[in-house]
Amino acid sequence: MLKYIGKRLLMIIPVILGVTFLIFTVMNLTPGDPAIMILGEGATPEQYSALREEMGLNDPFFVRYFRYVTDALQGDFGRSYRTNIPVFQEIATRMPYTLNLAITSTLIAIIIGIPIGVLSAVKQYTITDNVALGTSLLLTSMPAFWFAMMLILLFSLKLRVLPSLGADSWRHFILPAIATSANTLASLIRMTRSTMLEVIRQDYIRTARAKGAKESRVIFGHALRNALLPVVTIIGVNFGIALGGTIVVEQVFALPGLGQLMINAIRSKDTPMVIAAVLFAAIIASVINLIVDIVYAYIDPRLKSKYVTVKVRKATT
Amino acid sequence: MTNGNAAPGANGFAGSTQILASARIHQYKKKSQVKTIWLRLKKNRLAMFGLVVFMIMMGVVLSADLYMSYEDQAISQNLSQRFRPPSEEHLLGTDQFGRDLLARVVYGGRISLFVGLATICVSLTAGSVIGASAAYYGGKTDNILMRIMDVFLAVPNMLMAITLVAALGTSIFNLILAMGISQTPRMSRIVRSSVLSIIGQDYIEAARACGTSDARIIFRHILPNAMGPILVQVTQTVARSVITIASLSFIGLGISEPTPEWGSMLSEAKGQLRYHPFLAVAPGVAIVMSVMSLTLLGDGLRDAMDPRLKN
Amino acid sequence: MTEKLLEIRDLHVMYRTDDDNIFALNGVNLSVEKGKTIGLVGETGAGKTTTALSIMRLLPDKVGIIRQGEIFLEGRNLRDLSEADMRLLRGNNVSMIFQDPMTSLNPTHTVGEQIGEVVKLHYPELRSDAVEAKVDEMMEMVGIPAERKTEYPHQFSGGMKQRIVIAIALACNPKLLLADEPTTALDVTIQAQVLKMMNELKEKFNTSMILITHDLGVVAQICDWVGIMYAGEVIEHGTVEDIFEGERHHPYTIGLFGSIPDMTKKTERLNPIEGLMPDPSSVPPGCRFSERCPHRMDICSTDSPEVIIRGTHQIKCHLFSEPREGVCLAEEKLVKGAAS
Repeated sequence: MLKYIGKRLLMIIPVILGVTFLIFTVMNLTPGDPAIMILGEGATPEQYSALREEMGLNDPFFVRYFRYVTDALQGDFGRSYRTNIPVFQEIATRMPYTLNLAITSTLIAIIIGIPIGVLSAVKQYTITDNVALGTSLLLTSMPAFWFAMMLILLFSLKLRVLPSLGADSWRHFILPAIATSANTLASLIRMTRSTMLEVIRQDYIRTARAKGAKESRVIFGHALRNALLPVVTIIGVNFGIALGGTIVVEQVFALPGLGQLMINAIRSKDTPMVIAAVLFAAIIASVINLIVDIVYAYIDPRLKSKYVTVKVRKATT
Repeated sequence: MTNGNAAPGANGFAGSTQILASARIHQYKKKSQVKTIWLRLKKNRLAMFGLVVFMIMMGVVLSADLYMSYEDQAISQNLSQRFRPPSEEHLLGTDQFGRDLLARVVYGGRISLFVGLATICVSLTAGSVIGASAAYYGGKTDNILMRIMDVFLAVPNMLMAITLVAALGTSIFNLILAMGISQTPRMSRIVRSSVLSIIGQDYIEAARACGTSDARIIFRHILPNAMGPILVQVTQTVARSVITIASLSFIGLGISEPTPEWGSMLSEAKGQLRYHPFLAVAPGVAIVMSVMSLTLLGDGLRDAMDPRLKN
Repeated sequence: MTEKLLEIRDLHVMYRTDDDNIFALNGVNLSVEKGKTIGLVGETGAGKTTTALSIMRLLPDKVGIIRQGEIFLEGRNLRDLSEADMRLLRGNNVSMIFQDPMTSLNPTHTVGEQIGEVVKLHYPELRSDAVEAKVDEMMEMVGIPAERKTEYPHQFSGGMKQRIVIAIALACNPKLLLADEPTTALDVTIQAQVLKMMNELKEKFNTSMILITHDLGVVAQICDWVGIMYAGEVIEHGTVEDIFEGERHHPYTIGLFGSIPDMTKKTERLNPIEGLMPDPSSVPPGCRFSERCPHRMDICSTDSPEVIIRGTHQIKCHLFSEPREGVCLAEEKLVKGAAS
């Protein structure tokens, strides 16, 4: 198993490096002179060039990139052009909120979405099924921020049950988490439903019934275990989407997360901040994907037997 | 995988007559295939509903100039008429600058439509070239191209779009470019897998045996037949871009004022949520309707093309 | 006369689809004696699998409907039982094994768990070590080392998978085993092994068996009785001697035997039976084989034939009925036919 983890880790590292290169390159296209941003408009030309020299902005592209990566590996992501606070510090303060939001919303989607998907499949073509499908369709069609606004309208303004701004208590997390979960929830309902529908038609389900098993055991003990396999893989993919969704949702609810940080950084052309924020998001998404892959390898007997027991066989995945 | 300049296939010329015959049959099959798919699609009521709704929306939006005036209703401000609720004159009411909401929603639709279509052109072209090349040439080319795509895909979609917009700027052209680039990796994957499934077939071998150039093979033989799953992906991508452009505008990185756009309208509406909630309804509903109709259409197309459901 | 373990009387089964109603079984009569094996033979679509599924009451929910008829297992009418009671019988008193071993086992459970499941379902009071012991015993009995019970189905070959399926089916020592083409999906060499094993186990436990197959060779090997099905009916029924060595046969049976390619003779063409099975969505009056029958008479299109019984041999065909006006005696026809 460790071998599998090691192998996958080895695969992510070049990707992450690639991401750093990509983002660094892209952000270098940004117009604007950092020196002016930091010193303001009123400084002298000598002061500008002195600062540029000090920041190493005159060096060739690859030197700057290389320097960035080596610094980053030591935890130094530069300082914000705007506030001069170390970027890493700012991100470290904000990241927990965003991470929390993304993970909570994914959990909500799993807890609600999978059972609904199962129910929908078992009762195919009935009203329950159609309602579930319709809801799923609605959830994918709504932009997260509009869903958020509607939630605020209903729960904060009309019903006055939940707060709409800030992040002071756990109550402040409920609406944002629900809003962010919409997309993943819809995906999971549909995916679970379709895999269940496929699995239920398989021969081994008939075998289980021929043994005299109760229908509930057939559904949960036999069908679900197989249906969940593909579903697990899309959880990883959807986490990335959820992470993107947190940006807008944070705006709506004024949450002090990574998204807010990034948007402000973009507006003020604070390049180091932007690069680092995107980088961290990409790293988090990749790590979550890795975790999902590992979980998958553990629960799929075909892969488990390949990596858990010692077999001399070439991996075919 | 042999490269494009290889000698005629291992069958030799004796086998090639059969191969050419199968190529001709395949061309014939393709035409009737399109018809079959359309017939199956027609039977799917939800998909047809989606298609009809989308067509109506397109119609309303494209013909807007015939019954509305862009300048008067959507742009120019009329501060004496702020925040009017729906009335005969203003069917959806007015916003905080006195502008007619209905007009802004309709013209906003035009922008969304335009940007959505332009973006898909960019990502479809780029994605097809990359995906088809990767599939066709295989080996190292495939590996390198797909690894590069993986790098792009490691960054969540929205963030990628935002970063590109941050770097390139918010003019419409740059927006289209940014969104197109962020959609390209996923599109290239779909094209690649679709093409891979076609490449194994005989008539490609036949084309090679006749000495057809690689580019010609890709564009004349492979891509038209790979269109099926690609088309489904296109509808899904256009639907997603409607949401992306709205999200970008919502956070201020998209279409800027005073051009009407659903996302930026919702951004304004957010500030007025407490006292004038109705401002948030119409643009949101417009987004939901467009995305829903496209999604239903895409699902219907996918089911219509699913070989397992064929009788 | 030995007691009848299973008796099916006048079974009519229909499949209800969106477009059509498919009349799969049209009055099936069948019986199985204790400890005996009956081979159920026929073309694809004749209704063999449907018959077996009806006994198990495993017809697809809402689609498969038993319209009329009775099924008696050890004297109990299976149609009267509640679903809960039926579940007690499945896997316990009557088991079924299906055609394709590659897909019959759940890929996410170990084979030990799958064998153990049927034991635990019907003997819930057993302690886990007793269950495990039984699992080991069954595995050894089908020729698979018990240590492999922690492995997953994909780690076994097709033949071994089928043996596991058999182990599951026999674990609770059912009185009746329904085997739906158990060896069709296997290599020929493995087929022989699996059949031999089934035969031995059958002897050991005195299990009755309905073996569904289209392979007459297999029937000759291990069956005591034979039932030949066509278009949802049993058109001929008898002991293996009656069917393989008897002189009188339903024209369809003659066609079946005649269509077996003879390796000793040089032939240029195969001898299929002309025509196709009738459309199952309509049941016209008369004999269902009449369109393809070389001995067709007028009465065959109007009246459904009765079952003519001679000792252990039953044939459902007008050719063998008592001499009547307008009906030519079968003996003459068939003798003439055989001579040409």
